[in-house]
Amino acid sequence: MKDNVSIRGAAHTDRIHDSAGKHVTGAADYTDDIAEPVGTLHAYLGVSDVTHANIRSLDLSAVRAAPGVVGVLTANDIPGHNDISPTGLNDEPVFPTDKIQFHGQPLFAVIAETRDAARRAAELAQVDCEVLPHALDPIAAQDAGYPHVTAPLKLERGEIAPAFKQATNRIKGRMSVGGQDHMYLEGQIAFAIPGEDDDVIVHCSTQHPSEAQHMVAHVLGVPSNAVTVNVRRMGGGFGGKESQMNLFCVVAAMAAKKWGRAVKIRPDRDQDMTATGKRHDFVIDYDVAFDDTGRIEAVDGVFAARCGFSADLSGPVTDRALFHADNAYFYPNVRLVSHPMKTNTVSNTAFRGFGGPQGVIAAERIMEEIAYATGQDPLDVRKANFYGGKGRDLTPYHQEVEDNIFDRLVGELEQTAEYRARRKAIIDFNADSKVLKKGIALTPVKFGISFTATWYNQAGALVHVYNDGSIHLNHGGTEMGQGLNTKVAQVVAEAFQVDFDRIKITKTTTEKVPNTSATAASSGTDLNGMAALDAVEQIKARLVEFATTKWDVAPDAVVFEPNQVRIGDEVLSFDAFIKEAYMARVQLSAAGFYKTPKIHWDRAAGKGRPFYYYAYGAACSEVTIDTLTGEYRVERTDILHDVGRSLNPVLDKGQVEGAFIQGMGWLTTEELWWDDAGRLRTHAPSTYKIPLASDRPRVFNVKLADWSENRELTIKRSKAVGEPPFMLGISVLEALSMAVASVADYRTCPCLDAPATPERVLMAVERLKAAG
Amino acid sequence: MTYRTEIRFLLNGKPVAISHVAADQTLLDYLRLNRRLTGTKEGCAEGDCGACTVLVGRLTGEGLTYEPVNACIRFLASLDGCHVVTIEHVSGPQGRLHPVQQAMVDHHGSQCGFCTPGFVMSLYALWMETPEPTEAQVETALQGNLCRCTGYEPIIRAAVAVSRYGTPSADHLNIERDQVITQLRTLRDGQRVITGPDDNQAILPADVDDLAEVLLDHPKATIVAGATDVGLWVTKFLRPIGPAVFIGHLNEMKSVHHDADALVIGATATYTDCQDAIAKVFPHLTPYWDRIAGWQVRNMGTVGGNIANGSPIGDTPPVLIALGAEVTLRHGTTRRAMRLQDFFIDYGKQDRKPGEFVESIRVPRPAPGQRDAAYKISKRRDEDISSVAVGISVTLADNVITGACIAFGGMAATPKRADAAEAALLGQTWSEAAFDAAAQALPQDFQPLSDWRASSDYRMLSAQNLLRRFYLDHDDATPAPVQLATA
Repeated sequence: MKDNVSIRGAAHTDRIHDSAGKHVTGAADYTDDIAEPVGTLHAYLGVSDVTHANIRSLDLSAVRAAPGVVGVLTANDIPGHNDISPTGLNDEPVFPTDKIQFHGQPLFAVIAETRDAARRAAELAQVDCEVLPHALDPIAAQDAGYPHVTAPLKLERGEIAPAFKQATNRIKGRMSVGGQDHMYLEGQIAFAIPGEDDDVIVHCSTQHPSEAQHMVAHVLGVPSNAVTVNVRRMGGGFGGKESQMNLFCVVAAMAAKKWGRAVKIRPDRDQDMTATGKRHDFVIDYDVAFDDTGRIEAVDGVFAARCGFSADLSGPVTDRALFHADNAYFYPNVRLVSHPMKTNTVSNTAFRGFGGPQGVIAAERIMEEIAYATGQDPLDVRKANFYGGKGRDLTPYHQEVEDNIFDRLVGELEQTAEYRARRKAIIDFNADSKVLKKGIALTPVKFGISFTATWYNQAGALVHVYNDGSIHLNHGGTEMGQGLNTKVAQVVAEAFQVDFDRIKITKTTTEKVPNTSATAASSGTDLNGMAALDAVEQIKARLVEFATTKWDVAPDAVVFEPNQVRIGDEVLSFDAFIKEAYMARVQLSAAGFYKTPKIHWDRAAGKGRPFYYYAYGAACSEVTIDTLTGEYRVERTDILHDVGRSLNPVLDKGQVEGAFIQGMGWLTTEELWWDDAGRLRTHAPSTYKIPLASDRPRVFNVKLADWSENRELTIKRSKAVGEPPFMLGISVLEALSMAVASVADYRTCPCLDAPATPERVLMAVERLKAAG
Repeated sequence: MTYRTEIRFLLNGKPVAISHVAADQTLLDYLRLNRRLTGTKEGCAEGDCGACTVLVGRLTGEGLTYEPVNACIRFLASLDGCHVVTIEHVSGPQGRLHPVQQAMVDHHGSQCGFCTPGFVMSLYALWMETPEPTEAQVETALQGNLCRCTGYEPIIRAAVAVSRYGTPSADHLNIERDQVITQLRTLRDGQRVITGPDDNQAILPADVDDLAEVLLDHPKATIVAGATDVGLWVTKFLRPIGPAVFIGHLNEMKSVHHDADALVIGATATYTDCQDAIAKVFPHLTPYWDRIAGWQVRNMGTVGGNIANGSPIGDTPPVLIALGAEVTLRHGTTRRAMRLQDFFIDYGKQDRKPGEFVESIRVPRPAPGQRDAAYKISKRRDEDISSVAVGISVTLADNVITGACIAFGGMAATPKRADAAEAALLGQTWSEAAFDAAAQALPQDFQPLSDWRASSDYRMLSAQNLLRRFYLDHDDATPAPVQLATA
């Protein structure tokens, strides 16, 4: 039978996103599209219009009296704990009681018959407060004596003091790296429906349903078993919906329980961007010693981050910055320190890469500094410092790099992108061109895969086979566009050897899989794919046992073939076989579980194996800048990226392309700008500029390293893909930097800070010209 | 005068008549909340992300034109006599995917899917207009659509492949075109429309004379043309706009014509309506025109509105001032014309009296020996508000500069001439030195602000350098290119 040669949607094949047909017709439901029960109310946040102040009084009488208003919620209305800090530090109130800590901080919620009424009423609060001085950035915060929001980390290996003392060459510098708004197209939203007793159901758009569940329970003062959190899909997450949805979930749930009606809360885009956290801005001070060939002898790095008023996830984010401050390079002697600074800004949070990009970019700045100091092609300096070779495999956190593929990966890209010839041509072009200057850079990425909070590296899944042979798949991961559901369903299809279409993908819900981890750290497929596979294997084991008994064959005579099962000489369709199993009372449902092996981390000692494996990639970008205006264009980008043995090459390629553009946006046009009063003024797409179609490279060649295979026993030997390619965007910043350097004959490192807006590029050009 | 109290339009092929339409009722809220057509999404409510893109078909001189617009800032009242097409009306019978949809699926053009309906609508409009677009045309069509997941590459691949999936002539909007034209003509009964609650009235004058009359009765009314600015007053600032007088439907004021002397733009002509004439008469403005907002906004926004709202960062005033444009204002039956540069008095203050409205803009054709340029600097190249914009017109006779008209946006509280820079050029020989001197004089003309778009220093430096660019751009001895290619 030809149809049975292979299944549709097997692992390692290109399979369209399971919701693609619904996306293009508008039939895919997001939280705001769920039909509302009669009587649904709408909540809206009232926010502060000062940056730092003691609250004297909060007068909400005008809010309550506004048309359509049902009531308000303040800190006094919280039945349980007034705290939504995701790391249990108790530093993030739902609503503050005594102090305003940033401009736009939510102070209360108003609940009304319509969203419009709630929005209008929220403007009417009278807040009397004593204004205090504020500090917006990490340096100002340090100067003002502000504390860390969470304990700093130090990573240390070797001894830097003697290395610096004996240094052949030494450079000290500072780099400022801006933050980034997630600018998911679907904003934050939660929709709560009250139930009997303490029960409440919350539909929302979170990457972390279990945390939202626990937060709602914590704030309501009820056990977690009273709260159900559901997520069918998100309209983008990127880390911005890992902890940031908690606020909206608890407000909706509190209101739903208080008034006994369904309550939805959806901030407008301005409030979404001012009241929720972003990627951390960093100021990085580096000190590097190197020999005359450009090889590093020692690195001392201090990473100060704008964390905002509370810790949120700043601890693990700043930790991850240090974990990636080596990027691809061996530092013989190293000391890396984080300063997670409290600032009077919104509390910063997870964003694709989770601090890693800010570490990687520091390593690349160091490479650049050395290249300009020694007069070399930066790629040669990078290669000279790659991990590899005797005694050169140990990271600053004492994990050995066992799976290094840089030689092959970078070597291949260097050839296919014709890096050397193009660099030469560019240098020639620049010599003759008066206004326009070009630059090219090839930068590598090594990214550690696993949550550094080791206990997060666990997952569950629930698989049912119904007696008609159809399959219901559920797991703890959430779908935000990355294709997680598609990939996990492919794993299940492959394991059962049935067509993909037979598998029903279902919403993520805390009712089916408990105690899940955030869909974050690129781990979704690694963890949930394995958990789902475990569930399938349990069911299959029962089926095999049943078949061996009933047909009296050896276990190895039971073979799952495409859409059928062979038992000895007999062949049954999958449906018929399942029906037989059901009639024989075989349990056709299983809960699967997975925990990542091998990993351990001792934060106090700064030692361990926080990462199960590394994902690798490299990008080569060419740009042209206009030295009169600082405007630029990305002419060409070539990417070679490692996803191990891809479960779905076309979806993985989509992740690589999208991550690159997002990384490029972070470093070019996306600028967060606060005024002196502490107001974020870039808080909507009219003022905050993410890349458009016309910003992508004029030539864009993206390839997966199809020869790669994960040396660890991950799901089908694949590798995580969500975050690592984000850092490929750094090649654009480095290329811009080279173009700037051309105005001073490549003798000076331009020290181009990020984001490299046209303004920063022009000002760097002017700085180099003036110095040259 | 008799009037109608209902707004009447077609929604996905079916007639709709609604009374009590408040001035500030948006199309997006109507679709999502009143009709539960939830395929159209709200991403930003300010016309910048395109997740709410729908097609609006309107009767023009040439028949029926479908254009993508932002439902979030489009007021429901403005749709009288139009055909609104949402994502729910795109698929064929039995849910058969439309060529644009199938191409998007096959090329993996969606990830999270939230922006996707908007992309489909923009690409649908593009395919009807240009079935086999180049990548550059696709990029221009998608300037008003943001995607945060894909990096756009698969969407572009889908867009250039759509013609392989079907031809526009077989599309239902084209097949039903004549029928829809007939229906829309019936809806357009030539009556004034007054609807909405007393404190939030929407008024649609029957014609331009009626508009003049309405404004005499309601001198403080908000005049709404394309709503690409007024829309945000509502969605972002919750400002009351009633009574609002809608003028976008007045086809008489949409005329764009050119004669031997000038191009005359009717005040309600959209940027798109002007595009061809601009290309013909002022070719130097073509790339600049493509950088005004995104396609959806260009299909709604008007040159008249861009002038009338008096923004210091509007795209068209600087380049029109540099060309010596005149604006005609009308009050009742009285008209007056003035130099456009004189219309802008101070920040937020224009020379427009209550009850008066901008009727047309007259832009003289370039004189012999005139060299023109229009430059815009923004953080992001497309769909961004300028940090600095400039129109430069320099006239040469025997290699001597005999005329200079330079107007900047983003440098002062209003769009403004650079008097000192112009003076520095006049009488000088065409040379780099002359333009250097003009650049040196610029700080006498402007003390720009610092804000999130640009610092004062950058504004000044890039403004000065744009004068230098103008010289290099027009100097025969300087090898091209001296600026980045446009596509």
